[in-house]
Amino acid sequence: MKVFNSYIGRPMERVEDLRMVRGRGTYVADVNRPNQLYAVILRSSTAHGIIKSIDSSEALALAGVHHVLTAKDLGNEVPLIPLRLQPLPQLEPFHQPVLADKKVRYVGEPIAVVIAESAAIAEDALERIALEIDPLPAVATRAQAEAKRSVLFEGHGSNVAITWKAFRGDADEAFKTADYVRRETFRVQRHAAMFMEPRGFVAEWDEAAGKLTVWGAAKTAWYNRRTLAAQLGLELEAVDLIEVDVGGGFGSRGEFYPEDYLIPAAARIVGRPVKWTEDRREHIMSANHARDVECDVEFAATRDGRFIGLRGQIWSDIGAYIRTNGSVGPRNVAQYMSGPYCMEHIDLKSSMLTTNKTPCGTYRGPGRYETDFIRERMIDLAAQDLKIDRVELRRRNLVADAQMPYTLASITPYDSSTELDSGDYHAVFDRCLKEFGWEERSKLRGQSIDGYYHGLAIGSFIEGGAAGPKEEVRLVLETDGALSVYMGSSSVGQGLETIMAQIAADAMEIPYEKITILHGSTSYVKDGYGAYHSRSTVMGGSAILLGAEKLKELIQQTAAQRLGCKSEEVVIDGEQASFGGNHIAFAGLSETPLEVEAAFFNKKYTWAYGTQAAHVAVDPGTGHVKVIDVMSVEDVGRMINPLTLHGQAIGSIVQGLGGAFLEHLVYDDEGQLLTGSFADYLMPTASDFPSIRSVTLELKPCPNNPLGAKGAGEGGLIPIGGLMANAVADALSHLNVQPMELPLSPPRIWQLVEEAEAARARA
Amino acid sequence: MQIEFNLNGQAVSADVEPRTTLADCIRNDFGQTGTHLACEHGVCGACTVLVNGEAVRSCLLLAVQVQNDKVVTIEGLSGDELTPLQAAFRKHHALQCGFCTPGFITTAHALLSHEPDADEDRIRDVLSGNLCRCSGYVPIVEAVLEARSSYRDSGSK
Amino acid sequence: MKPPIFEYASPLTVAEAVSLLASRNGNAKVISGGQSLMPMLAFRLAAPELLVDLKHLKDLGAIRIGEDGVRLGARVRWCDIESDARLAVSHPLLAEAIKHVAHYQIRNRGTVGGSVAHADPSAEMPGIAMTCDAQMKIVGSAGTRIEAAADFFTGPLQTSLEQDEILTEVHLPAWPAARRWAFLEFARRKGDFAMAGVALYYDLDSGSRITDAHIGAIGVADRPIRLTEAEAVLNGNQMSDKLIAAASAKARQSIDPPSDIHAPGAYRAALVATLLGRGLKKSAA
Repeated sequence: MKVFNSYIGRPMERVEDLRMVRGRGTYVADVNRPNQLYAVILRSSTAHGIIKSIDSSEALALAGVHHVLTAKDLGNEVPLIPLRLQPLPQLEPFHQPVLADKKVRYVGEPIAVVIAESAAIAEDALERIALEIDPLPAVATRAQAEAKRSVLFEGHGSNVAITWKAFRGDADEAFKTADYVRRETFRVQRHAAMFMEPRGFVAEWDEAAGKLTVWGAAKTAWYNRRTLAAQLGLELEAVDLIEVDVGGGFGSRGEFYPEDYLIPAAARIVGRPVKWTEDRREHIMSANHARDVECDVEFAATRDGRFIGLRGQIWSDIGAYIRTNGSVGPRNVAQYMSGPYCMEHIDLKSSMLTTNKTPCGTYRGPGRYETDFIRERMIDLAAQDLKIDRVELRRRNLVADAQMPYTLASITPYDSSTELDSGDYHAVFDRCLKEFGWEERSKLRGQSIDGYYHGLAIGSFIEGGAAGPKEEVRLVLETDGALSVYMGSSSVGQGLETIMAQIAADAMEIPYEKITILHGSTSYVKDGYGAYHSRSTVMGGSAILLGAEKLKELIQQTAAQRLGCKSEEVVIDGEQASFGGNHIAFAGLSETPLEVEAAFFNKKYTWAYGTQAAHVAVDPGTGHVKVIDVMSVEDVGRMINPLTLHGQAIGSIVQGLGGAFLEHLVYDDEGQLLTGSFADYLMPTASDFPSIRSVTLELKPCPNNPLGAKGAGEGGLIPIGGLMANAVADALSHLNVQPMELPLSPPRIWQLVEEAEAARARA
Repeated sequence: MQIEFNLNGQAVSADVEPRTTLADCIRNDFGQTGTHLACEHGVCGACTVLVNGEAVRSCLLLAVQVQNDKVVTIEGLSGDELTPLQAAFRKHHALQCGFCTPGFITTAHALLSHEPDADEDRIRDVLSGNLCRCSGYVPIVEAVLEARSSYRDSGSK
Repeated sequence: MKPPIFEYASPLTVAEAVSLLASRNGNAKVISGGQSLMPMLAFRLAAPELLVDLKHLKDLGAIRIGEDGVRLGARVRWCDIESDARLAVSHPLLAEAIKHVAHYQIRNRGTVGGSVAHADPSAEMPGIAMTCDAQMKIVGSAGTRIEAAADFFTGPLQTSLEQDEILTEVHLPAWPAARRWAFLEFARRKGDFAMAGVALYYDLDSGSRITDAHIGAIGVADRPIRLTEAEAVLNGNQMSDKLIAAASAKARQSIDPPSDIHAPGAYRAALVATLLGRGLKKSAA
């Protein structure tokens, strides 16, 4: 007897690990081409200024230096980087040029590219480029942006690039009559994805063939190919982007950055392969920043604790330009502020402010991390004001199963609306309380043990996933019976090869070991969309299911000719095609590989959801917060691989804790980045957060895709900021400490305690 | 400068500039790219190798400083079969993107070679010199805890 | 982040090292563990013509313990101190403080001499040297000299070392067995430079009164400092909660730490008071 469908849902150990644990992975820095040169980029150390002159003569005089590329090499028009998402015409003035032309707008902006025999020589040459910049007043804060200390884009006349509006119901009317309204300001600090493998490219231009090959692609190779080909005036087919092993993405890697143009362009100019490996210092000042949000919002509820509405203004500091996905965070903050709770009336404006800082883009849970901090803090404040238990208050307002699908606020411009697809939010909420041991732990609330005050918090969240419009696959049954799956999904380290092999193995009833997943390179399928918005499993996986159906049909047709029957009479079973007692093995079925293409189209998001609880202990003397426990319970509809999914949850939570306590990209008022190394940009280490737990459920399959799966992997961190701030407030409730700003750094907590004690002394 | 040292059991020599770090030398002169560079300023631990049996950051060492020393990288700790430590990393899903992994494995190998009874606190303390952005560390610690038994059994160094 | 061009030498004697340093008019730098220097080279914050590696000067790697105290050779590494069981008795304050230095891999390379000569105001070893009235042994073209820690640290990352001098030994005076002590620091993460730290010791006279109180603080000034006013509060008195509170308050008043991206000065001052209070309690327990 054969057991089908046996791989999906199993905690399969990863295929990728076999090479990675032995140091045999191939990351872009490991790619070398014969005769290659090395590129290093001259970046602005001035936040805002006019470029008066660039003199490269001394650099060029250095032995081993081949070329110094500046805006002059790029003709009359320096190419601009278009927006991949929400490409509104009114945002065109804010597109980033691939090299600073007449003006620099942030510290780290590329000004020139040195190409030399080694990276060290290229760095020696950087020091010999004479650069003259007339500084302009910098804009580094919201106050400076609003006061127009400078206007970054003179033609626009303002530092407000655009204002998004999220709306539902009639908020003004609802607030007029609400029993309870509270208005607060909140702030989430600038931090970033900070994946471990720096970015990099190796680009090679084959003059004879007119062909450009670029190693180092990630996330969105096909979109980037279109952009690059257009910028270089090449046909699409003349450009191939190759994905090798990728050391983490989290939203930031793989977007089209200036270097995506500069390195290929340099290779074409010098006529030799060019390699660029980003160093950490330049990564911190050049790859997308994220999360820099302030808001002034009002929250309305009835006396008995029914949520009514959200209203207010949000400001996102998006830095010096709008990058490829720069609107996603600011838009999500507004559109998803209601989260998993019923909220009839919403009127939130979200303005994107240009400042002289590194441009922002998405980072895992973009906008959602920020907006959950705001919302969950508001709920705890309301619970305190309304004297309703905060657990009960949340339970009362979670969207009920019977209300599904539940429409969230709409957003404009670039209009979109979406609905929560399915879920039993209350069941997950209660499960979390139970797994966490809420009742038992509640006894510790506010108590001081060894100088640490204990506090708890709970919060619920939603995670959108599976962005459309489509994903493509090409399935090839090789002549030896093995299956090759080529796909438009990309791997940024999440275990794609394993998960997709599980799906393909079940769909084709072929052993997992006989399947090879090939992904992310533009040579594999005609069009691909890649890895973002927790979409690979749902979109790529669903495409494999469709492709498998087509491949089985082709196998039936091929076998029918040899078995002398109709296609539909052929039974596929256990790596063979059968009819009337005759069997043909997949191996040897055809003299040429059997190949099909398929695409899965979907415009509806999946909505995974969950609840988290946390237990912290706070030392008011140092401001240190010990995270004693975090419990996350999430429903993802259907799990493909519990092992990797669990890893996503735990890893995501710890990233979120980094944002809650440690990570902060600090600028001074003149736009100088003060945290340009790992000594100053602090990420969690193995000793910081030892106790993190996660439970994943399969309560409600997603109705919108054949797998029933929901995009997951960002969820873990989404509620963490709010959860930690609420837990700290709970621990220090005797002082009425109310954190309104992240990170919860020791000095900030100490400051809040000092202020609270001073207030108490006055009272 | 001409240097000679032992790399993964082989006597090797190279002509390097004094400014060449050991990490760059291993990667570029000897093509052993399992040693990864993620910060180049001695914080992340991805470039950890063993010099004379001790875990050190190869970005904070000049190649000329390991003259006559014994250097072991992730390649030197790997064979056709996964070692118990590597198998434990796989079993516990202690890696996602895999970029930091060689540094964790070299560090954990050094620790367990010297202290096969290291407890969880000690393991966390030692591994706090390596950054991982994907895993949240929980599975890495589980993997190292599990691998302890193989170091006790073999007494390997 | 590739270092700039430099030459490299690994002399066989201290004298040879000194003459190499002297030959370059301040453009040569000593390297030993390299754990502070290499990041500076990577960021091109230092650009020496010549690096003089002390790796062959084996004699500088010894920990000598005698009746006159503990002598740490400049090349003694953190892991050497960690694994030297004698220090738990001979200098428990040193042993405790060094547990907080950096991480595993750094501890296998980083040295006493490197840390003291680098003179980071947040670093533990300079703090211990300052607290314990260490004597620095310095060898240069003009010969050997001994200097008190208080005179050695002259500013942020600055010492009295001349261009042609090498710090060869840090001598910590003898440690009476009955001495009371504590070391406490608070860092954002384990192994990070401390936002502030306090090292303290004192002896008790026959009437259980505090004598010879030494309190050092790191991370609160441009160099490691002694909190002499707080020491004065302690000396001649018996330990009590009230005395601890008075000493902590005095410590907080007596310093004016600088602000930086990790903490405002006021926080650091309060943190020193907190750590001192906790340290004194611990020392008396």
